[in-house]
Amino acid sequence: MAKIQPPNLRESEVWKSIFRPGSIYRKGYKDTSRDRALATMNNVLWHLHPTKVKRHGLKLTYTFCLGGLSFFLFVLLTVTGIFLMFFYRPMADIGGAQAYTDMQTIRTAVFFGDLVRNMHRWGAHLMVLSVTLHMARVFYTGAYKPPREFNWVVGVVLLFLTLGLSFTGYLLPWDQLAIWAVTVGTSLAGYSPFIAKQANFLLLGGAIVSPNTLLRWYVLHVLALPFVLVLFLAVHFWRIRKDGGISGPL
Amino acid sequence: MTWEEVNKDMDAYQAALTAQTSSGVDRRVAEGRARRAGIRAYLKAHPEEEAAHAAEARSAAPAGAAAPAAAGNGGQAPAMAAPAAGGAVAVAAAPITSAVREAPLPTGNIPEPKKGAPDKHRLLAIVPPEGIQRVEREQGDRVHTWPHLLLEEFIAMAILFAGLLVFSSLINAPLRELANPNLTPNPSKAPWYFLGLQELLRYFHPMVAGIVIPTFILVGLAAVPYVDRNPSIKPGDRKVAITLFTILFMFGAILTIIGCFFRGPGYNWTWPWTQGVFFEL
Repeated sequence: MAKIQPPNLRESEVWKSIFRPGSIYRKGYKDTSRDRALATMNNVLWHLHPTKVKRHGLKLTYTFCLGGLSFFLFVLLTVTGIFLMFFYRPMADIGGAQAYTDMQTIRTAVFFGDLVRNMHRWGAHLMVLSVTLHMARVFYTGAYKPPREFNWVVGVVLLFLTLGLSFTGYLLPWDQLAIWAVTVGTSLAGYSPFIAKQANFLLLGGAIVSPNTLLRWYVLHVLALPFVLVLFLAVHFWRIRKDGGISGPL
Repeated sequence: MTWEEVNKDMDAYQAALTAQTSSGVDRRVAEGRARRAGIRAYLKAHPEEEAAHAAEARSAAPAGAAAPAAAGNGGQAPAMAAPAAGGAVAVAAAPITSAVREAPLPTGNIPEPKKGAPDKHRLLAIVPPEGIQRVEREQGDRVHTWPHLLLEEFIAMAILFAGLLVFSSLINAPLRELANPNLTPNPSKAPWYFLGLQELLRYFHPMVAGIVIPTFILVGLAAVPYVDRNPSIKPGDRKVAITLFTILFMFGAILTIIGCFFRGPGYNWTWPWTQGVFFEL
């Protein structure tokens, strides 16, 4: 009786078409200098990195992985945020605050809803923290010095956008904590010189925090600010490479 | 195309080589020029071979321009091996001088590297031999991104993810009662990262605490690399910068901590261990 040989998946045309040469999943990957370089170069995500990096950059106490973790948190917040968007409506009209009841639904009736919401909230706080600490790390290692001056400025913009994202998200649950924190936080805009009224109106879509504000901040939170942030992130990452990779060694 | 030794006039080659090397040209460049002189001298002495070369080159050229026109041309071949499309007739009629492509003579000037130029290698595809500066870049101590850096990043990511997952399954994010614009909670606090500013409101006019200082912080942060022109990154050379930054950073951190934990009803001072914490994330 003839034995039927199972087809070797890793040698099939389909497999080879998916994994480019040098992929560690491809048959014939060897732990050589060439294949290690190809593994980085031929992967859409990994090729954000150069094929080789300075050895001292691997030291945990040099970067504490803070920049990378900030990016990871951003991705995580995007994924959990998309999940939450399926169950959330930014409406808070008198008599039926959909936003708030949707929050309760997410917490009680949506499969894994509570967990995902918790991760989104805690992750957001953590991202503010990690971006701030990343900035401190960059300062202490002098990594903003030429030729990296402009990338520092891009980083400051990213910090500002992170705060903006966190703050706009803070309003969305539409509970007492949300509207009063936002009321306190935005009341300061009313003290801007010359444009106090206009600034307040632009920010809140009215004189006080209202359903208009909710819709406005929702759009900022899920679309406008992430879009701008991704643009600046692209510049930030690109400039790291162009400015000669990681700074140092000290 | 493979490298193929061609016939050259050795006398001309030697003469050119001596002339070039004695005039101080780099040896590699001199050899190239002598080689060219030798080949040209050889082809001048053997016109029939020159014609054959040209015909061969033409038939090897792509496009529908296969034109063995050179045969009836008195041993002279067209200068360009690849004629324009559909131009067999035009090629045959073209004035013919030499099969060797005429290029301007190299100047022989080897450019000096600019003063203070960084020690980097350039990625230029086409350079004249005298344009190549043999400057090796300091490669430094480098390791491959895969597996070293990528594994580290993956581990950091996995630990953070696991930590966040555990934390999120154990501790619920706050969700208070429905928003009520007519009922102000006491105290009313901004999100934690703005509590430093809210704390400043206790001491300064809102215009100062809410507008001037935040603007100053943002602009000041962005201006850091343009203000601090000290080129050194050694901590020992940057005592002033590090001290200043640390003081300001700690100042912000302390204000934020006070705003979070030491402020209670009416935003008055409270001790968290006696009156409790009035703070929600």
